[in-house]
Amino acid sequence: MSALESVLAAMIRTATPLLLAGLGELVTERAGVINIGLEGAVICGALAATVAAPPLGVAGGYLSALVAGAAVGVLMATFVVVLRADQIISGTAVALLGLGLTGALYHDIYGAGGVALTVPTSRSFDIPVLSGVPVLGPALFQQPLMSYMAFLLAPALAWFLYRTHAGLSLRAVGEAPHAARAAGVAVDRFRVGAIIFGSALGGAAGGVLVLAQSGTFAEGMSAGRGFIAIAIVALGRWTPTGVLVASLVFGFATAMQYVVQALGWPLRYELVLTLPYVLTLVALVLAPRGAAPAYLARTD
Amino acid sequence: MMSALYALWAGSFGSWYAFTSGTLVRAVPLMLTGLGVAVAFRAGVFNIGAEGQLLAGAVAATAVGLHGSGMLGPATLPVALVAGALAGAAWAGIAAVLRVRFGVLEVISTLMLNFVAADLVSYLVRGPLQEPLHIYPQSSSIPAIARLPQFGPATRLHWGIVIAVVLVFVVAWELAHTAAGFRVRAVGANPSAAWATGRVPVSRVTTRAFLFSGLLAGLAGAIEVTGVTYALYENLSPGYGFTAIAVAILAGLQPLGVLPSALVFAGLESGATAMQRDAGVPAAWASVVEAGLILAVVGVIALRARARSAAANGGPP
Repeated sequence: MSALESVLAAMIRTATPLLLAGLGELVTERAGVINIGLEGAVICGALAATVAAPPLGVAGGYLSALVAGAAVGVLMATFVVVLRADQIISGTAVALLGLGLTGALYHDIYGAGGVALTVPTSRSFDIPVLSGVPVLGPALFQQPLMSYMAFLLAPALAWFLYRTHAGLSLRAVGEAPHAARAAGVAVDRFRVGAIIFGSALGGAAGGVLVLAQSGTFAEGMSAGRGFIAIAIVALGRWTPTGVLVASLVFGFATAMQYVVQALGWPLRYELVLTLPYVLTLVALVLAPRGAAPAYLARTD
Repeated sequence: MMSALYALWAGSFGSWYAFTSGTLVRAVPLMLTGLGVAVAFRAGVFNIGAEGQLLAGAVAATAVGLHGSGMLGPATLPVALVAGALAGAAWAGIAAVLRVRFGVLEVISTLMLNFVAADLVSYLVRGPLQEPLHIYPQSSSIPAIARLPQFGPATRLHWGIVIAVVLVFVVAWELAHTAAGFRVRAVGANPSAAWATGRVPVSRVTTRAFLFSGLLAGLAGAIEVTGVTYALYENLSPGYGFTAIAVAILAGLQPLGVLPSALVFAGLESGATAMQRDAGVPAAWASVVEAGLILAVVGVIALRARARSAAANGGPP
């Protein structure tokens, strides 16, 4: 593989889980809920995939990851929607709970040392013809199936949000819940659904980390990806296309660190890693007011 | 089970050494960051960036400790502490400006700034602040003159605890008895009502509360470097800035409540380390208990608020 090929491949690899979690968070935030607990969903998805994949195979692993993420979403929704508790505090607690619980359970299931655990991983799925294209082919079209699905999910969500009645209602819930309620939209039901959907995708992102990348579990392996998803949604200005581009930006910055190291550029890769966050802050400053859902993070 | 609980107790409150060198040493940064988060939340500022602000303070204190002692002599320590506090305030200031001038949600911006701060520390300990041999990703140790004195040879407890406890009492008094404290409470309780009185400069109060919480977190970082680690390295903080949120919530956002609340969490984390070592029970259970505590408090607050609004709406005419 040439340097360019490996950068592209690394970019797609890092972008995939971020894109899944980011699209999930996008749907949640469009309903007016900021889900800091997403980090908990990612790590729970990772552990569920690790436990389920050996007996059930890769597909079973992904399914368990989705279910585990959704379960975290149910907890978050109970506090935020049913109890009307503060979103930020509840989310912080849910993230902490997910990180703690998975760490503890992993210890209890696999022993203190965490045996050299390997999980079946998904093979790459080569798209005929396209994967033969020089440079681009191996990087873009020899990916695990889940990567393609993540990238196809973005246009699907765009269609849902902007072309369906339910999508319109969901956006109304995030922009003006009182008006939506008056118009007959079941606001709470949309919020609960959006939180559970977003968290399930967060769980799937955790599944990707295990089943398509590392092949094993480590305590805290979500490494802040649930939080990065929140950045990605902001950088992508709360649109599916934006989230897609933003996750590639984050993927690119991560991939650049290998280039910087490999080519021996006089630039510390730690500084490269800060770029997407700085870019996100700049994007937030430049974003027109109204880019974020008006009721984001508010309890009505 | 019993042996795990015994180890938890022994490692936190069970002996004078564990209590002073484990629990109290951990409680110092939790008191300061928890106090900062409590003040910010009371003013309606959701600063979840205490972790980044703490790191900014640690960097500034390390830089002063390493490079300033020749010139500053015995003034090195106070200058390092002040520099750390100011760096924390400056780091929070970025998010404060973004919120007040550009309407950027501080939840998102402070979260971003946590990542940036962590990456910058990684860079500094491999670059400008790395120890001269360039082997380990950490700074050199700061000289003795820049260190906070300890309470004796038999304990790791240092004078930072005095600074933290005094600040808790000062802030508690300020918030309850001064005009500035009243304005903070007014803005947090109802910003539009505070604005409508024409006597409360809402955005200035918000900004100040934000900067002040950053100041406390920065000071926590500076005290951690000058009192405990004596050097800068990655993972210097085991998530103090996040536990701070739990500390503030369990304290009911009351400054004085931060003292017992910080002790509970410090004891829990300190004891959990011992529990893992001596009884083989994973320390991560401590995080589960912490999260459970926050959710319980948040749930009770939410249920009470619900009962109150039900009483207000559906009570007898």
